[in-house]
Amino acid sequence: MPPSTALTGSRTRRSAQLVWRGMATSPRTYVLAVLSSALFGAATVAVSRAVGWATDSVVVPAIAGDQDAQGRIWLAGLVLAAVAVTLTIGVWCRRVWAGWGYVDVGAAHRRRLADAYLRLPVSWHRAHPAGQLLAHASADAEAATGVFNPLPFALGVVVMLVVATVMLVAIDPWLALAALAIIPAMVVVNLVFQRHMSPAAMTAQRLRGEVADVAHESFEAALLVKSLGTADREEERFAQRTDDLRAAAVRVGSIRAIFDPVIDLLPNLGTLLVLGVGAWRAASEAVGTGDVVTAAYLLTVLSVPVRSFGWVLGELPRGLVGYDRIAQVVDCPDALAPGRSALPAAASGATGSRGIAARFDGVGLDVPDAASNAPVTLLDSVTLDVPAGSTVAVVGVTGAGKTTLVSLLARLMDPTRGRVLLDGTDVRDLAPGQVPAHVALVAQSTFVFEDTVRANVTLADEQTGSNDADADDGDDTEAGRYTDDAVWAALRLARLDEVVADLPGGLDAPLGERGANLSGGQRQRLAIARALVRAPRLLVLDDATSAVDPRIEQEILRGFAGAGTTVVMVAYRMSSVALADVVVHLDGGRVVDVGTHEQLLARDAGYRAIALAYEEETRRREELR
Amino acid sequence: MTDRIGSAELGVVATLRRGVAVSPQIVQGIGWTLLLAVLAAGGRVVIPIAVQRTIDDGILAAGGPDAGRVAELAGLAALALLVAGVCSSAVNVRLVRRTEAGLATLRVRAFRHVHDLATLTQNTERRGSLVSRVTSDVDTISLFVQWGGIMLLVSTLQVIVATALMVSFSWQLTVVVWVCFVPLFLVMRYGQRWVAARYTVVRERMGGMLAAISEAVVGAETVRAYGIAARTGARVDRSIEALRMAQGRAQVLVATTFSSGTLMSNLALAVVVVVGARLGVAGELSAGQVVAFLFLVQLFTGPVQMATEILNELQNAVAGWRRVLGVIETTVEVVEAPDAVASPRGHAQVSLRGVRFAYPGGPDVLHGVDLDLPARAKVAVVGQTGSGKTTIAKLVTRLMDPTEGAVLLDGADLRALTLTSLGDRVVLVPQEGFLFDGTVLDNAAYGLRGPGGDPRRRVLEAFAELGLTDWLADLPHGVDTPVGQRGEALSAGERQLVAIARAYLAAPDLLVLDEATSAVDPATEVRIARALDSLTAGRSTITIAHRLSTAEASDLVVVVHAGRVAEVGTHAELAAADGVYARMHAAWVAQTR
Repeated sequence: MPPSTALTGSRTRRSAQLVWRGMATSPRTYVLAVLSSALFGAATVAVSRAVGWATDSVVVPAIAGDQDAQGRIWLAGLVLAAVAVTLTIGVWCRRVWAGWGYVDVGAAHRRRLADAYLRLPVSWHRAHPAGQLLAHASADAEAATGVFNPLPFALGVVVMLVVATVMLVAIDPWLALAALAIIPAMVVVNLVFQRHMSPAAMTAQRLRGEVADVAHESFEAALLVKSLGTADREEERFAQRTDDLRAAAVRVGSIRAIFDPVIDLLPNLGTLLVLGVGAWRAASEAVGTGDVVTAAYLLTVLSVPVRSFGWVLGELPRGLVGYDRIAQVVDCPDALAPGRSALPAAASGATGSRGIAARFDGVGLDVPDAASNAPVTLLDSVTLDVPAGSTVAVVGVTGAGKTTLVSLLARLMDPTRGRVLLDGTDVRDLAPGQVPAHVALVAQSTFVFEDTVRANVTLADEQTGSNDADADDGDDTEAGRYTDDAVWAALRLARLDEVVADLPGGLDAPLGERGANLSGGQRQRLAIARALVRAPRLLVLDDATSAVDPRIEQEILRGFAGAGTTVVMVAYRMSSVALADVVVHLDGGRVVDVGTHEQLLARDAGYRAIALAYEEETRRREELR
Repeated sequence: MTDRIGSAELGVVATLRRGVAVSPQIVQGIGWTLLLAVLAAGGRVVIPIAVQRTIDDGILAAGGPDAGRVAELAGLAALALLVAGVCSSAVNVRLVRRTEAGLATLRVRAFRHVHDLATLTQNTERRGSLVSRVTSDVDTISLFVQWGGIMLLVSTLQVIVATALMVSFSWQLTVVVWVCFVPLFLVMRYGQRWVAARYTVVRERMGGMLAAISEAVVGAETVRAYGIAARTGARVDRSIEALRMAQGRAQVLVATTFSSGTLMSNLALAVVVVVGARLGVAGELSAGQVVAFLFLVQLFTGPVQMATEILNELQNAVAGWRRVLGVIETTVEVVEAPDAVASPRGHAQVSLRGVRFAYPGGPDVLHGVDLDLPARAKVAVVGQTGSGKTTIAKLVTRLMDPTEGAVLLDGADLRALTLTSLGDRVVLVPQEGFLFDGTVLDNAAYGLRGPGGDPRRRVLEAFAELGLTDWLADLPHGVDTPVGQRGEALSAGERQLVAIARAYLAAPDLLVLDEATSAVDPATEVRIARALDSLTAGRSTITIAHRLSTAEASDLVVVVHAGRVAEVGTHAELAAADGVYARMHAAWVAQTR
C-alpha cells in the first residue's frame, strides 16, 4: 500500500500539497511548462516596451519630420515582428506542456481510482453506488485536475510582473507607481470574486447533479410511473429541483455579471491613471511619449494574465473537494489482504475426490448500517462442514442470509468472526488467484462484459499468451487455457450452444453492454457455462439455475457430482434440493438444522414450511373445495 | 412503427425559432437588452480615444505637455467607462435571468414528455441518453447563452464600434488591420473544425473510459469471483491511456490555433507601426492616431479569436437544443383520445378481441387472441418463455396498443378511456420491481393515492395484511430501513415484496402481476398469494406465473402457446385433460417434491 493519499493540515497547506503532488506526477513536463510560461511573461513585457520604443523613436519623430526616424520605420516593424515570434513560441510551449501536464495528472487520478476499485472487496462495492464511483472517475477527477490548467500560466505571470516592475521603475518611479497601483486592486477584486463565485458555482454544480439524479431515477422507474400513473408527481419533483438549479444558475450569472465589468474596468482605469501621471511627468520632461505608451499598453495586455491568479485560486476549493473524494477511495484500507498459501493440487483427503472440502468455523458477519452505523448481524455462529465431493443445498426464507453465506466461499468478503476453510486452509491465507482458480461462483444475476461470447465464457485476456509479468491475480491460470471445443462443450451443457450458434459470428459474436442482446434466462445460462468451462473443484450456485429447465439442471448437477466436484447451492426447487447429500436450513443468519432432505422434513417445522409450501397449499385448497 | 427519439430535423434558424416558441421567456425585453449592449460596447473604445487625445492634445500639444487637459480627459473617460460598465452588468443580468427561466421550462417539458412516451419508445433509448436530454443537452444551451451569447453580442458590437472609430481616423489603416485579421479568421475557422473533431474523439474516449470503469465497478462480484482483476485492470488502463492521448492531442491543437492568434495580433502591431508611420509621414494621421490604432488592434484579437469558438459553441447549443426539442416532438404512441372518457370504478372485466401484436419491425407475437376474463376473478396466464404472456399483460395495462384488434375494459376500448382513470383502475407489478432511493416506507407509500389517513399507519397495515410483519421486523430499521439506490440494499425477493405492498396500497380494480414473486422463497410466495387472495376478493387479478402454484389457486387458467390461446379452463379441468397445461403441471409437480 502506498502512503496515505489524503491531504492534511490547514487549507493553505492542503492546497500547496495538492499542487505539489500534481506537479510531481510529471516533473519534466511541469518544469518545461513553467519555463516557457516565464518566457511568455518576459516576452509580453517586451512587446509593450517595443511598442513604447517604436512610438518614441520612430512614430512620433518620423511624423514630426525626422529623416533618420523615417529611415527606421522598417526596423521598428522588424523588431516588433521578432518580439511577436518570441512571444508566440512562449505561448505555444506553455500551452502544450501545461496541457500535457494537466492530462497526466487526470490520468494518474483515474489509474489510482481504478486500482482501488479492483482492490476493494465486494462488501465495499455494495455500500457505494456505481453512479458515485463513476462520478469519482469523471467529475471528481476533473475537479481535482482543474487547477493544473491555469497553473503554469499563473506562475509565468509572476515572472511577468517582476520584469514589468523592474522595467517601469527604471523608466520612472512615478509612472511605475501609477501603472502598478492597479495590480493589487485587480488581485483583490479577483479574490473577492472567486470567494463569492466558488460557493455559488459549487452549489449550481451540486444541483446539476441532483437534477440528473432525479431524472435518472425517474426514467429508470418509467414503467412504475406509468403503471401507477404518477407522472404528475414525478413532474412536480423534477420541476422543484429544476427551479432550484435555475435560481443557482441565475446567482452564478449575476455574480459574474457584476464582477466581469469591474474586472474589465480596473485595467482601463489604470490606463487613465497612467495617462494622467504620464502627462504630468512628460510636462516636467521626466518621461517621453513612448514611456507613457509602454505603461498604458502593458496595462491593457496585463488584465487577462492577472486573472489567471483568480482562476488558480478559484479552482483550488473545487480541486480540494474533488481530490478529497478520490483520496477517500484510494486510502480505503478495506482490502482483503491475500496470504501466501496454495491449495494442494487435487485428490486430497481420504475420499480421493478432486473436490474441495469446505468448512465454516463459527462464522459471523456484521456490516455497519448505513443510517445508524451500528453493526447489523447478517450471519452468526455458522459452523458447517461440506465434505469433498458432496452436494450441499442451502435453503431458507427470503432474507435469511443464504447469498451472504455462500459468497464467503469465493471470498467475496471475509467473515467478522470465525474462519472459512478450504481443504483446511483459511481462505485469508491463500495466495492471490488461488480461490478463483479452484472455486467458481454463479451469482443470482449475471454480469456480462461488453465483449465476445468466447471472452465472456473464458474471461481470458484478448491477447492470448501475452501475460503481464506483474499480473498479480493469477493471470497465468486463465489466458489461452480454454480451447474453442471446451467453450462449446460448456455452452452445450448449459444449453446455450444453439443460441450462440445462431448469433452472427458464433463465439466471436459481440454481446452488447451488460449483455443486452440476451434474455435473462440466456444470461443465466452464460454464467453457468462460465463456471462449467473452468471445471472448478468447488462450485457455488446462488439460485443460479431458476431459469434452467429442471431436467437439465439435474443433469448438470449429476455431472458435477460424478466428476467429484463439491457443489454448494442455494435453491428453491425441491427436485434439486432432493439431489443434495446434505441440506442446510438457514434462518436469520443462523443454521437451524443440517441433515438430509428427509431428516429435515421429519424434524424441522420451518424447513417443512418452505419445502412443502406448494404441496400444503394444494392440499389446503383441495380440502376447502 | 414506433418512433425512435431523434433530433428535431430543423435548421439553425428554425431550431432557434422553435426553441424560443417553447421557452418564450428567452426573448422577453430583448430590445432593451440590445440597446444596453450597444452602450456597453461603446465603452470598449474609450481607452484608444483617450490615448489618442492624450498624446495629440496633451503630451504633444503645441506649447508643451498640458497635464490639466489630460486630467480633464481622464475624468471624462472614467465616467464613460463607469456608464458602460453598468450597462454591461445590466445586459448580463437580463440575459441570464431570462434564458435560465426559459430553459427551466424546456427541461420540465422534455422531462414530462419522456414519461408520456410509450414504454416501447422509452426502451429504444438507453436511460442515460434520455437523462442527458434534460441535463447536459440543456446545459450546453445554458452555457452558450451565459458565456457565448453574451460574448457574441458584445464582441460583434465591439468590432463594429472599433471599425467605425478606425475609419474615422483612417480608412487605409482600417483596411490594413482588417486584412491582417483575415488569415487569422481562416486559421481559426479550419483549426476550430479540427479541434472540434479532436474533442469528439476525447468525448468518445471518455465514454469508453467510463464504460471500462463501470465494468470494473458493476461487475465487481464477477471480477472477484473469477479472479480477473488483472484482465479488467488492463482494459481500464488502456482506456485511461487512450483518453489521455486524445486529450493531449486536442490540447496541442488548441495551443496551436490559440498561439496563431497571438502571432497574428502581434504581427498586426508591426504592420500598423510601419503603415501607420508612413501614412503619418504623408500627413494622413497624427502620432496619437497611430498609437490609438495599436490599442484598437487589441479590440480585434479577442473577438476574432473567440468568433469561431463561439460559433462552435453555438453549433453545440443548437445541436443540444435540437435533441431536447426532438424529445418534445417525438410522437406519443399511447395517446389519450381527445374524446376520452373516464372509466368508472367497479369490478373490472377485461376482454381481448382479435388482438394481434408485433414489436416494431418484428413478426407477430400474438396472432389474434380472443379472451373474456370474468370480473372479480383470479386469472392465471401460463405458458413457456416467449409464448406472449408478458405481451398480454402489457396490452391489458395499456403500456402499448395492439396492432390489430382491441382490449376492452368493462366493454369499453382502452383507447377510449382517459389515462388517469385507467391508471387508477389497473396496476401492473412487473418482475423487476423498481425501488426509489429511500426507505421501505417511502417506497410502499408511493402507491398511495389521494388523502386518507396517516401514510405510515396505512403502509404498516398493508404489510400486516400481506402477512409480511415478520419480514419487516427482521429488517435493521423495520419500515424505515433505507433500500439504497434502485433498492439494491435489499435482495431481489425483498424488492418484490415491497413492490407488491406498493401495488396493493394503490388499491386498483384490476391487479396485473407479471412474475412478481419469482425471486421469493416458496413459503413466502404462498403466504403472499393467500393474503392477496383474501384481500383482493371482489377485485380482479391477472397473474403471469412461472410457478404453477398460482395457477392451482386461480379461478381460471389461460394457457398461451406460441402467440395463441391454447387452453382456457379451471385448473381441475385442464389438469384432467391431456393438453399443454397437463404436461406443464406434471413437470411442475415433479420438481416441487
